[in-house]
Amino acid sequence: MATVLDRPGQPERADAVGRLFRTCSVTGLRLHGPAERLIKANAVVATVALLIGGISAILILLTRWQAVHLLGPVQFYRVLTAHGISMLIFFIIFFEMAVLYFACGPLLNTRIAAPKLGWFNFGLMTLGAALVEAMIWTGRADVLMTSYIPLRAHPLYYLGIILFAVGALLVCAQFFATLAVAKRERSYEGSLPLVTFGAVAAAIIAVITLLHGAATYIPTFLWSIGLMNVDPQVYRMLWWALGHSSQQINVAAMVSIWYLLGGLTVGSVVLNEKISRTAFVLYILFISMASAHHLLVDPGFSSSWKVVNTSYFMYMAVLASMLHGFTVPAGIEVGQRLHGVTQGLFGWVKRAPWGDPGFSSLVLSIVVFGFVGGITGVTIGTEQINIVVHNTLRVPGHFHATVVSGTAMAFMGLTYYLIPLIFQRKVAFWRLAQVQPYLFAGGMLVFCVFMSFAGGFGVPRRHWDITFSQAPFEQAFDPAVDAVMGIMALGGLVAALGGGLYILITVWSVFFGQRFTDEERLCGAKGLPQGLVRPPRPVTVEDEVNLPNGKLGHAPGTMVLVLIFLAAFALYYFANWKLLSFVWKIG
Amino acid sequence: MSKEPMHTALVSPKGRWWERAHATEKVWFGIAFGWCMVLFAMMPLWHWKGGQNPSGIRRKVDPAAYEARVQQFVQDYKVGELKGIPVVEPPAGSDVYLLGRMWSWYPVLKLKKGVQYTLHLSSKDVNHGFSLFPVNVNFQVVPGYDYGLKIVPSEAGDFGIICNEFCGIGHHMMLGKVIVTNEDGSMPGEKTASATEVR
Repeated sequence: MATVLDRPGQPERADAVGRLFRTCSVTGLRLHGPAERLIKANAVVATVALLIGGISAILILLTRWQAVHLLGPVQFYRVLTAHGISMLIFFIIFFEMAVLYFACGPLLNTRIAAPKLGWFNFGLMTLGAALVEAMIWTGRADVLMTSYIPLRAHPLYYLGIILFAVGALLVCAQFFATLAVAKRERSYEGSLPLVTFGAVAAAIIAVITLLHGAATYIPTFLWSIGLMNVDPQVYRMLWWALGHSSQQINVAAMVSIWYLLGGLTVGSVVLNEKISRTAFVLYILFISMASAHHLLVDPGFSSSWKVVNTSYFMYMAVLASMLHGFTVPAGIEVGQRLHGVTQGLFGWVKRAPWGDPGFSSLVLSIVVFGFVGGITGVTIGTEQINIVVHNTLRVPGHFHATVVSGTAMAFMGLTYYLIPLIFQRKVAFWRLAQVQPYLFAGGMLVFCVFMSFAGGFGVPRRHWDITFSQAPFEQAFDPAVDAVMGIMALGGLVAALGGGLYILITVWSVFFGQRFTDEERLCGAKGLPQGLVRPPRPVTVEDEVNLPNGKLGHAPGTMVLVLIFLAAFALYYFANWKLLSFVWKIG
Repeated sequence: MSKEPMHTALVSPKGRWWERAHATEKVWFGIAFGWCMVLFAMMPLWHWKGGQNPSGIRRKVDPAAYEARVQQFVQDYKVGELKGIPVVEPPAGSDVYLLGRMWSWYPVLKLKKGVQYTLHLSSKDVNHGFSLFPVNVNFQVVPGYDYGLKIVPSEAGDFGIICNEFCGIGHHMMLGKVIVTNEDGSMPGEKTASATEVR
């Protein structure tokens, strides 16, 4: 991509600032040098965290697979702590910082505010993360990710988390400041693009989350050095106000990336800005209640508190996800139809660019997140159903489908576009890159489904030895559990292979990847996703003759798909109530 | 209505974007909203009609006081010992006290099928997870809180109590036991006079 230094129509900006920009020849976006460098730095550290978390994942998998049972108990719980923190906190949040910089700088055609602050924040977050990792790996924080007190870690562990969180909070501040800069310098006309609007929602939720984080970790840090008392039940409530809300940052960021990838890959459109934006606002309004569904079988809260809060106030955040679950695929369908892919109900599925890892990741992310992660999440987060689910393997079975097959998969898909767009390199090992999303999502799907099955037998999560060889009594699970956990492990290993390939491809592309020219790009050189080779042209009003206008609307295929989704949801939901009705009477 | 062409989510919408949604979007909104109401209504409904709820009698308790109460309970109703852990058989309908601690469940409980008890759960030290095997009933056990749940064992046999909340390095050794006898005090498989008569 050529670097273009001139800035037509922006005479008010000083030359020194202007020279920091290049214009992307694919998207027409103006990229600010400091923003690009911050995006790169955050993405690189995110990948390092992914590597640590991924190696931990394999070790955990090979231990819980009872036939292998690789690690001893001390190492197992230690590695499990590292896995949770590295993946769920460090990998995801560093990546989200990169997404925030991307959504406010390039997408708004502006410079980012206070780039130096960005480096300070990056340093603070990296220092905090390094401190936490050091405490974990030297055995001074064997408390698992949740660190429920009175389990006690070294004070520096809590301090590391605090430093990391402060850094992330400052990045959010920088993001909001950049929005103000863009507005003042009139770098864009009209309203924020939907992708940026979604990122704003993510950033607001991040602020709410990080404030809860402060309310959790600052008292806990003081407790760890003996300065105050913290009630274990209050800790659980506050920790989950952090722990679950942070997953909602992921959801908002992931949905934004869905819209972004849809636009980049097949020119998917926004059906209705009002609906999509309202759905993001619902996330912001009802998210902080989410901590409740981790406390459904806790002694500290009344049932009415649980019912109101666990339903995120009548499931208004679930409603938001169901709206996006319609508008994103419908946008893809309508986008394709506007570009002339008009055949039948599902021609747009058949003729979609399945060989583009950006596109396949997008679709796999939507499908596994919705059908597995979403349905199981709402069901097991129901007050009473939670009795047969709490702390069994059904819980990680659920959240690996949301946060790994959903969020991480979307991040991976975006990476295949960031490599050429931001790092200006071809994607290395292109064939492998094309297969990678299928390996990763396929493996994760098997892993999640079978993990949930095992949980249905009552197999606990976070447990080193379910043969209970060191326990006072004998206890054996149904023999089927061995087979189920074995298949789960194989699925996990396939997913780990997919994750490993992702790391290999991205690291290789960024450090040893080939640069490319515009001519190469337009000729369809190997290593460039089709969204760059043949960028979807902007549609015109005339294209709308391509749209069907029957009873099922402009997106009839999607309408059929969401009805199938609803049927699956209802079936799973009521089957669980039935299952619950078989257990002992409890009240 | 002269309108803007449709655009991707990367584009800033110009002018007013607060527009009426297409009919199908409204239909899906209606369906999704209705479904959310069903999801919400099921919880109060199950409190009213269903047999499994996590309501319980809940109160704060000093861990030492709770431990003393458990000791009293053991002293009152101890009927034997299993692997050095007392086996306690409380009268039907009474309060039953179970203590979670690093890394055992104390004591072993002997209950009768079809009889209601109030099962109290609390911890002496850190969080534990009460997971009744193979029934698969799970509750969080938090130090400083007494969770009293009315339970009715619906089948006789040997049941395990797995700890399913990480409680330190010996977490996986923490396994307790509940023995549920038939109404007449016999174990399943034992032939008793009354059982034969019924047959």
